[in-house]
Amino acid sequence: MNQETCETVWTAIARFQDLPLREGRVVVLGDQEIAVFNLGERVLAIANHCPHKNGPLADGILSGTTIVCPLHAWKFDLETGKGANALSAEHCIETFQSRISDGIVFLAVPSQPATKNEMPATCLDHANGVVWNASSANSQ
Amino acid sequence: MSLPLTERESPNNAAAKKLVVVGNGMAGVACVEQILRHAPKFNITIFGDETHVNYNRILLSSVLAGEKSPDDIVLNGRDWYEQNKIDLKLGVRIVDIDPVAKTVTGDDGSVTSFDKLLLATGSIPIIPSIEDVMKDGVFVFRNLDDTRSLLERARPGLKAVVIGGGLLGLEAARGLQVQGCDVTVVHLMDTLMERQLDPIGGNYLATKMNSLGITVLLGLSTTAVLGNGKVERVQFKGGGSIPADLVVVAAGIRPNVELGHKAGLEIKRGIVVNDYMETSHPDIFAVGECVQHNGVCYGLVAPLLDQGKVLAATITGNKGPTYQGTILASKLKIMGVDVFSAGDFNEKADGGEMVRYEDPSQGIYKKLTLKNGRLAGVILVGDTSDSHRYMEWLRSQTDLTSMRRQLLFPEASADVGLDVAQMQDGETVCGCMGVTKGTIIHAIHDKGVSTLAQLKECTRASSGCGSCTALCQQLLKAVAPEFEEETKKVLCKCVPFAEENLREILRSQQLKSVQEVLEIYGNGAGCEVCKPALSYMLDMLWCGDHKEDRSARFINDRVHANIQKDGTFSVIPRMRGGVTSAAELRRIADVADKYHVPMVKVTGSQRIDLLGIKKADLPKVWADLGMPSGQAYTKGVRMVKTCVGTEFCRFGVQDSTNAGIELERRFENLFTPHKLKMGVVGCPRNCAEATVKDIGLVGQEGSWQVVVGGAAGKKVRKADLLITVETTEQALEAAGVFFQYYRESANYLERTYDFVERLGIEKVRKETVYATSVVKQDLLGRLRKSKDHSYDAWLERETLNHPTQFLQIKPLEQEEVLI
Repeated sequence: MNQETCETVWTAIARFQDLPLREGRVVVLGDQEIAVFNLGERVLAIANHCPHKNGPLADGILSGTTIVCPLHAWKFDLETGKGANALSAEHCIETFQSRISDGIVFLAVPSQPATKNEMPATCLDHANGVVWNASSANSQ
Repeated sequence: MSLPLTERESPNNAAAKKLVVVGNGMAGVACVEQILRHAPKFNITIFGDETHVNYNRILLSSVLAGEKSPDDIVLNGRDWYEQNKIDLKLGVRIVDIDPVAKTVTGDDGSVTSFDKLLLATGSIPIIPSIEDVMKDGVFVFRNLDDTRSLLERARPGLKAVVIGGGLLGLEAARGLQVQGCDVTVVHLMDTLMERQLDPIGGNYLATKMNSLGITVLLGLSTTAVLGNGKVERVQFKGGGSIPADLVVVAAGIRPNVELGHKAGLEIKRGIVVNDYMETSHPDIFAVGECVQHNGVCYGLVAPLLDQGKVLAATITGNKGPTYQGTILASKLKIMGVDVFSAGDFNEKADGGEMVRYEDPSQGIYKKLTLKNGRLAGVILVGDTSDSHRYMEWLRSQTDLTSMRRQLLFPEASADVGLDVAQMQDGETVCGCMGVTKGTIIHAIHDKGVSTLAQLKECTRASSGCGSCTALCQQLLKAVAPEFEEETKKVLCKCVPFAEENLREILRSQQLKSVQEVLEIYGNGAGCEVCKPALSYMLDMLWCGDHKEDRSARFINDRVHANIQKDGTFSVIPRMRGGVTSAAELRRIADVADKYHVPMVKVTGSQRIDLLGIKKADLPKVWADLGMPSGQAYTKGVRMVKTCVGTEFCRFGVQDSTNAGIELERRFENLFTPHKLKMGVVGCPRNCAEATVKDIGLVGQEGSWQVVVGGAAGKKVRKADLLITVETTEQALEAAGVFFQYYRESANYLERTYDFVERLGIEKVRKETVYATSVVKQDLLGRLRKSKDHSYDAWLERETLNHPTQFLQIKPLEQEEVLI
């Protein structure tokens, strides 16, 4: 919550009660396609593109805070965006902050989409060789 | 022919002596196998009057019952003969022997000279003096050709009469019953299997046979086969008769000694041999069912193998080992009817005593006879689990005085491995093939054997009746370092229970939602492996009356379409039996145009696939199609493929199309452990490939074969015969019983072909089509209940599971910028 910068825009995407429990939904903000998950008392959001074959992560099955891509079972942690199994370990995808206020879910989306040189903070502790989500990188 | 003969010089040289073997059955070939282990070598010629390579005769009843195919029971394939440079002459019957000139003459006129002659002519069926016994429709049951003839003739609804209530007669009766016949066993004596059972044991057996639906008539002497041209009735002494369309004579066997006579050998009941297996002629030997040793003629497998070993030593000039007779032991090979008998069960012999246990309600009867404190004989009916221990006591003649209190009640061993650990090296594991524990341990240690298949090949253990398979596996587990036991795998680390246990837990604890199960018995989180599995289990256990949680389902089951590599979906409408109409095709074409469907494809399952549909368009596409979901995206009932059957085909003998449509209608919309594909064909030409489907109905003249466990995917497997029935309704019901049994007993993601193979078709049959009618009705009842709760998933286009089931979320109108 403290990482928001002046460029961050908070967008109201849905009433919390309208998001099905533990089932993903897609919301498009600007040119970002985001997968949103209702985990019971909070909402987590991640770019809706698996870096492997572009699989729609919103269609995956949740395992705790990990999402499993429906195409080839690559796994990502929704809190950090980091790859969470052997297949995806070297990869990281963009996550988005969220908050719930008066039953409304807000997502924080940078007003300037991240570029190759501006990786999200959650991914920075990854060593060299991190593969940045190609679709976001190209989306600017 | 090119296999290198490493340990021995090539036998194909002029100096090698000529060994002629008459008889290509189990005894002759087993003896040759032993001879090949000795030096010096022979040029070997084997004559067989059947046209088959050596096969396992004791499994013929399994072939008749459809449990095994003729290929399954081959013991030595042609390559074995070639590798060992054996000249195999099939279909040639030796009709004469000249013991002076040392030649044999075949019925093809050929004359073959020998240095040593081995007679392994086996036995021939005894045909009792029954009037008109050669009439059309009367069979014997002795070899593979007999079995094939019987299979060709047997049809559901036919009345079959088996004359003879011995081992073979009873096995034949059960086989014919499995083929759908209405079977009666007529036995001359008052006790079934009277050579193996006492009257009480015989009664227990008769009760068992009756409960299987086989009529047993005792103390009846058959006098005539009646009928005009072909058999119609069987008549008994006293004038009574019963109808019969088919008669099998299984009244026993006698040694086939004809050639022995021609050779001038000493013959009593069989060809007389001494302890070295020598006959009265120095260069003529005999082995197997045709011989008589010490006054006994044997008709079982184990003695043949014992004799073969001794004979092999004698004939190769390594005379020394002697044959001391074999303890007679027999086991009835009918599933669900456990009968074991060994030794002398007559307690009235000198100094004989008897220990007995009976439980009529369980159908269990056990009797031991003892002489001088040692076991003399044993009869087990209904529970043969201890046969091994008793066999060992018989063999070792252990003094049982100190164990008298526990003779019939073994202490329950805490660990299954304990039994094998306690066995002595000399103890026999495989009674059919005479393989000891020591031999198996040796094979594992010295020959690197680590799988059951390798063990069978190397030692022949468990290749007979198969009843020692569990013991062999225990030995492998205990000794072979690489042996991978088929342990009960837990579902997944999130819920660390075997699926079998989990089903029981969910049932007994009345759990109805995936999350509940994960929170109580798992890690609370679950994953993509266990969530769909639990979803399936709950749906199946509560017949659809569970708490459905779509988040625990794979995306395909959330939106009822198959996700493709680009995130779009494929749509396959249901076309029952592969039958469609012009109107449906027009709607499909219109949908393809309207939604710019990139590909329309005819599938291998006689369906039409619309590929590349966007998630949001799915409900509209379904509405425009106006057809039900083809369920081609889920672990559930996929489809029934059919041929045109009697409707249009010149060869069709059953209405496969309508049977297939009805089959699909009955099971559609239901979930299964893995996808389930079916096929119905109207004749054995099998145009719709029913024999490689999970469930198949194969029409034939006047009946249906219901086959299960077929596959034509990564693995190709021919389906096993479940049952043969007369009517379409019976076939659909049998399919239903199996279908529900598979739903309830298979592990998630286990296809029928793995399931049937894991359990064995015998067990599957026993627990489905041959289960009691209560069990069958229960299965069908639960199937009906599930079906009542099921629905066409595409109707969710109108009654959405969730408002945004197919849609993206639209951001709300308000926007807040934080500084």
